[in-house]
Amino acid sequence: MTLKTFGLDQFGFLLFSLQWTLVLTVIALIGGGLLGFAVALARTAQLKPVRIAAASYIQIIQGIPVLMILFLSYYGLSLAGFELPPLIAAGASMTIYASGYLAEIWRGCIQAVPKQQWEASESLAMTRLQQYRYVILPQAIRISLPPTVGFAVQVVKNTSITSIIGFVELARAGQLINNATFQPFRVFLAVAALYFVVCYPLSQLSRLLERRLHVGSSR
Amino acid sequence: MTYTFQFGVLAQYQDQILSGIWLTIKISVLSIILGCAAGIALASARSIWGGAVRFLVDAYVEIIRNTPFLVQLFIVYFGLPGLGLRVGADTAALIGMTINLAAYSTEIIRAGIEAVHKSQIEAGEALGFTRFQIYRHVILVPAIAKVYPALCSQFVLMMLASSICSAISTQELAASAAFVESQTYRSFEIYIAVTLIYLALALVLRAALALIGMWLFGRRVARRTMTALPEVQA
Repeated sequence: MTLKTFGLDQFGFLLFSLQWTLVLTVIALIGGGLLGFAVALARTAQLKPVRIAAASYIQIIQGIPVLMILFLSYYGLSLAGFELPPLIAAGASMTIYASGYLAEIWRGCIQAVPKQQWEASESLAMTRLQQYRYVILPQAIRISLPPTVGFAVQVVKNTSITSIIGFVELARAGQLINNATFQPFRVFLAVAALYFVVCYPLSQLSRLLERRLHVGSSR
Repeated sequence: MTYTFQFGVLAQYQDQILSGIWLTIKISVLSIILGCAAGIALASARSIWGGAVRFLVDAYVEIIRNTPFLVQLFIVYFGLPGLGLRVGADTAALIGMTINLAAYSTEIIRAGIEAVHKSQIEAGEALGFTRFQIYRHVILVPAIAKVYPALCSQFVLMMLASSICSAISTQELAASAAFVESQTYRSFEIYIAVTLIYLALALVLRAALALIGMWLFGRRVARRTMTALPEVQA
């Protein structure tokens, strides 16, 4: 029996699996973005119990490993009687993970809007909703762009953890090819290179946005 | 839902869980010490020599920070034997964590060093400090004091990420959870218990780091360490 070697076909499989990494990243960012936005608003709410609940949620998510979120949602959902495909289980846990971090990032951005903006909009008799909609969020979103793009890099990288529950994305594809070819160094360097190709431009974009932001503001 | 939780069965596996906790603590503390030392060395090297050294250090930091920890572990554990270096799962985990943490610490400390104002260095020169004294007292120590909370957040993240080492069969806490699960089929219970242990470990580690910060840099830094959450930097 001859072993397969790591060639074009195998690289093609890696590229194919890369799209699942990207799909998972997009799911995590959209789902985590929606949930995280809600938590960020709760974190800056006027009612103290709401603020405390949101803060606890953030502390807990940031205090446990992504792997545990993954296992808990994987086994927890099946206990609750849902027979879910790995993509949904993986997507759900990445969503929860992303929400905990995005909420904290965006809380910082909302609070970075100067207090006078709140006071000025209040004195214009705006409702709380109007304040957010027309005054606070437009400014907060501008501030939030660099760290959010930076966090997207973390999400891309952490989707690799879903390979542990058997979801076939880029890292898992690398393992599968390695099992067939026994050329770990080549295979995993190729996997790492593909991750790098996705993550590096995002990191640079985040830096660029950060620099732009600092040019724009006089503070 | 008619599931009854049974946490009782976990009690007989406490030895496995305790040894898992112990290994998690061991590799985390070791990699924090080694990674932080490497980070200080690399950040200093790149700011002192510049040129090719700076380029190499930056390349290292960018490569590590833009690839997943899991893949780095795979390269260390499965790839190194191909180059004639055979390493055990624990050593591979420690090497992987140190390499990873060194890159992040370098980046964080670099930011601190670059934030030191030029006038501070000139003030040091005016006081007749030697170059080494300036580097040590004016640049490095204040820089680390400034970024200490961010650094600690990264340490906590690394401790949590050590759970990923179970994928290369390191017998730390996540791996002992998987073992107990395979013995008892009480998956949800064991993972809840282990998640709570990780949460407790994260809190204890943060408190310990805050105490160290108080001892090294004073009360103000310690307070920021306790409240700082992981900073996501580009």
